[in-house]
Amino acid sequence: MNSDLIVFLVLSLVAISSALGMLFSRNAVYSALFLVLNFITVAVFYLLLGAPFIAMSQITVYAGAIMVLFLFVIMLLGAENLAPGNSLPWQKPLAGLLSTILAVEAIYILFSRARSDAVITAPDASLNTMESLREMAMTLFSDYLLPFEVTSILLLVAMVGAIILTRREKGGQS
Amino acid sequence: MVPVDYYIALSAILFVLGTLGVLTRRNPLIIFMSIELMLNAANLAFVAFSSVYQTFNGQIFVFFVIAVAAAEVAVGLALIVEIFKSRRNINIDELNSLKG
Repeated sequence: MNSDLIVFLVLSLVAISSALGMLFSRNAVYSALFLVLNFITVAVFYLLLGAPFIAMSQITVYAGAIMVLFLFVIMLLGAENLAPGNSLPWQKPLAGLLSTILAVEAIYILFSRARSDAVITAPDASLNTMESLREMAMTLFSDYLLPFEVTSILLLVAMVGAIILTRREKGGQS
Repeated sequence: MVPVDYYIALSAILFVLGTLGVLTRRNPLIIFMSIELMLNAANLAFVAFSSVYQTFNGQIFVFFVIAVAAAEVAVGLALIVEIFKSRRNINIDELNSLKG
């Protein structure tokens, strides 16, 4: 057992248990904080996989911006604990059964049919330089220029949509 | 040295946990967080394959996914706030009519 594998196993334990914590905590604020922990763990995985730029975007955009927005909305609406509604009685067992089937199927197909012999070694220091970032930027702005521009338009549309949705109409109902 | 299969298995497990959250929880904010968890699982698989094939394409896709997730969260949370303003309740079982 080498050191990379130990780091991977410990981190995946943290990732899975924080995802379970997000699922099963009663209070939505705790769920959000567990999800932040999960995102940071995934960012460390990205560092192990040799993608430092994606790791930093993950921390700033996901763990920073998106989760702060979530916490704002949870506290604004007071939605920490919702009163249980009249939910279907067989819903939770059925959901658990179907999810277990999905997990077993995915793992079975992965390890029986789609098995690959590739291994990932932790990146050495040469990858974490400006050179790899420059290379990625060149790919982004040459091969992927059109998707990049479409994404910027998408962000603009989402921003306008969010503003229009939450705008209070003059003289109308609040 | 970690086999790439382990990363894909972890990604599958996280994805299934996100699915379980969408199916069982009744709070729309937690359903949203579960969707983010599923997007993250897919991103992890993208970066793992990108690392195996020594190319940047997977990482660039992850970049786009992060941007789309940010847009989705902005619009979705605005919708949830607006539903709360008009109905004073965001329990997912009560929201069964299209006309507000």
